[in-house]
Amino acid sequence: MSFLKINNLSVNYEMRKEVVHAARNVNIEVNKGEILGLVGESGSGKSTVGNAIINLIDEPGKVSNGSITLGDINLSKDPDNIIKYRGKKIGLIFQDPQTSLNPILTIGEQLIETIQTHLDLSREEAKNRSINLLKEVGIKEAEKRFDNYPHQFSGGMRQRVVISLALCCEPELLIADEPTTALDVSIQSQILKLIKKLTKDRNLAVILITHDMGVIAETTNRVAVMKNGNLVEIGATKEILVSPKEDYTKSLVSSVPPTNKKISRFKIIDKEKRKLVKNNIKILDRWTKKEIKKQKLVEVKNLSKSFDDNFFTENLKNSVMAVNDVSFNINEGESFGLVGESGSGKSTIAKMIVNLFKPSSGEIFFDNVCVTKLKKSIEMMKFRKQIQMIFQDPYSSLNGRLKVKDIISEPIKLHNSSISKNDLNNYIIDLLDSVELTQKSAERYPHEFSGGQRQRISIARALATQPRLLVCDEPTSALDVSIQAQILNLLKDLQEQLNLTILFISHDLPVVRQMCDKIGVLRNGKLCEVSNTEELFLKPKHDYTKELLHLMPKIESLYK
Amino acid sequence: MDNNIYNTWNRIKDSDIYFSFIKSPTAIISSVILIIIFFCSFFVEIITPYNPFDPSSLSLMDAFTPPSWTEDGLAKFILGTDGQGRDMLSTILYGARISLIVGFSAIIFSLILGVGLGLTAGYFGGKYEMIVMRLTDVQLTVPSILMALLVDGIARGIISREVHDEMAIYVLIFAIGISEWPQFARVSRAATLVEKNKDYVSASTIIGVSNMVIMFKHILPNILRPVLVIGTIGFALAIIAESTLSFLGVGVPPTTPSLGTLIRLGNDFLFSGEWWITFFPAIFLVILAFSINLLGDWMRDTLNPKLKK
Repeated sequence: MSFLKINNLSVNYEMRKEVVHAARNVNIEVNKGEILGLVGESGSGKSTVGNAIINLIDEPGKVSNGSITLGDINLSKDPDNIIKYRGKKIGLIFQDPQTSLNPILTIGEQLIETIQTHLDLSREEAKNRSINLLKEVGIKEAEKRFDNYPHQFSGGMRQRVVISLALCCEPELLIADEPTTALDVSIQSQILKLIKKLTKDRNLAVILITHDMGVIAETTNRVAVMKNGNLVEIGATKEILVSPKEDYTKSLVSSVPPTNKKISRFKIIDKEKRKLVKNNIKILDRWTKKEIKKQKLVEVKNLSKSFDDNFFTENLKNSVMAVNDVSFNINEGESFGLVGESGSGKSTIAKMIVNLFKPSSGEIFFDNVCVTKLKKSIEMMKFRKQIQMIFQDPYSSLNGRLKVKDIISEPIKLHNSSISKNDLNNYIIDLLDSVELTQKSAERYPHEFSGGQRQRISIARALATQPRLLVCDEPTSALDVSIQAQILNLLKDLQEQLNLTILFISHDLPVVRQMCDKIGVLRNGKLCEVSNTEELFLKPKHDYTKELLHLMPKIESLYK
Repeated sequence: MDNNIYNTWNRIKDSDIYFSFIKSPTAIISSVILIIIFFCSFFVEIITPYNPFDPSSLSLMDAFTPPSWTEDGLAKFILGTDGQGRDMLSTILYGARISLIVGFSAIIFSLILGVGLGLTAGYFGGKYEMIVMRLTDVQLTVPSILMALLVDGIARGIISREVHDEMAIYVLIFAIGISEWPQFARVSRAATLVEKNKDYVSASTIIGVSNMVIMFKHILPNILRPVLVIGTIGFALAIIAESTLSFLGVGVPPTTPSLGTLIRLGNDFLFSGEWWITFFPAIFLVILAFSINLLGDWMRDTLNPKLKK
């Protein structure tokens, strides 16, 4: 008899124009002492299932069918009853530790409040209990930190506090909704280890909702794969990931960048079996193809950047060095990866290379010209044309008030003002074609496209000026894995055909391994090491690189 | 071309704003009232049988006729007449036209000034921003009525008396406009600060688009929503400011009556029993301002995604 039983659950959102089925006839069972992974892409309904258990579905959604039983309590029968169990029998961990704690109360206050709401304990007893809990989740000097406010903790520590809050009333079921998505790799592995340990020690039933196949592979016992509100497959993690039965699971697994080898393209399993080998793209005719001279295209010398918030005193001593004495070279036609955790300065370097920020000191050479010292905007324009950038967030990188054709035509008209209307239209169509979008897309507005398609529009815009260097700042981190695989394939194809030089910035080591020839590892604004990709992954020199490589969740861990 | 209009209409019909509009009785009622008021006051010559500015059509014999439904009322003067025998309803509509024109021009003037300064301040930052924002702070410490009185006083001093009556309307527009701009500057600066850090602005910079084009082609359309909302509410405020100034005798000259001057004229007779002379212009002003504010509230709720349920 399993502990949590979800039977035929359906959740509908009645919108103005249509009814969205966020979950359709989902059947899931979870036993005590096991972690069930709930995996799927955005919009697959994985969070909806989690929210349905605790009756936290927002208007206008509602559970239209099915039952949820926890032990011998029927949760769905009496929705008011859930208030008694939420927090007591069922613990919750949310994605973002920045927002799931109340910033104006000490963590002790929040723990005591939760405990006293559900258990009949005196303040003193509640305090002792919370301190023990904080110790259990690995917070040092728990007695002292008890009176601290959330902002005094780092992201990882805060997530530990959230876990202790979830555990404080001895729940039997723990629902963790993307608990590590907002955290860096090193902290992610600590939190996952903690959840694993607690599951064993306390004999919890855990539902871990995530989109990260690596996390699923390393943490869960069983996994349920969801797509568009339907349960695709459920079973032991190893079975599902190693030998998936359904097409969707297969394509999901094959889109995950492998950590242990470099592959030339991601396999995209497509029902229509489209041609995988691409023809030459049309914009090639317009492209003034640069022959690859094995020479330096970008040279970064002793680059530093500090951010000074203080308006009145420009005191460099107190300022934070976002980038500290970084030097590296990128050869023409090469892809160079910059890897680092959040705050390591990787985006700052990118923004200095594309000339959005001026460096505090140091120089950047592009094609043997120092671009940081250019004063005149006319000289600058020559380089603007040759360096383009693709941004992380596909939702803010396109102006929602302009049609796609206007977005793409802007750089073309700016750098080639004499272009005829006919030619311009053809060029836009060719560009859209080369990023695999239809001709009709030109007349539409950005909000009509999905994240992946928006990223394609971004790429088309970047290619419009025929750049030599393309800076990609986490181009796929906001996208689902299958879309990520498509975008990475597209970038690889474009690079091959157009001889682009790419600076690829990411926190995701497996992705960087697939994309780059050379990798630089950044930590706190300093470059730890630069070496060729295979060398870095097989024989890392710097301790930090070793640690990162050791900690990254590996889907391959199942194959052993 | 017809097809184009048809498509646009379909897009409007499909949009969330249209949906929220037809679901909101307050928005529908207030916009119907506004449309009627706008229509009547701009086509007042066609609608009304009387012209209060044509002395030959006036008869002092008709003076102080009460509204038609009272004992002494005449059917031809629905809302009665004032001390010179002018039909109240026609006079109110003529007056409303002046008020609407002054209010609208004043708000457009302050919108252009405020958004221009706020947008550039937010975009360029630095010392320029600091100066502009301190200016708005100073401006906000002076009550807008006082500001308008000051401008009017200065204008009276500079412009000779004969020309003043002709110039009065422009002085009034300037006076109201100059006291309303800080609202627009603050809102558009705040919105610009959010927008300029978005990636699409960075993308345009990297492409090499000039600052002017980025500001007016890319950022401006994206900050118009909040500006539109305070613009609507500001429009009501501007009409009230116009009436207040005219009531105080520093607005439009008495020969071209606006709602404010009508209320002032009637004020003299209020205690002698001729209540309608001041009551109807006042209630008209209240309905006008109230409808605009309700419409503005609805716009704020609809255009602000944070308030959405």
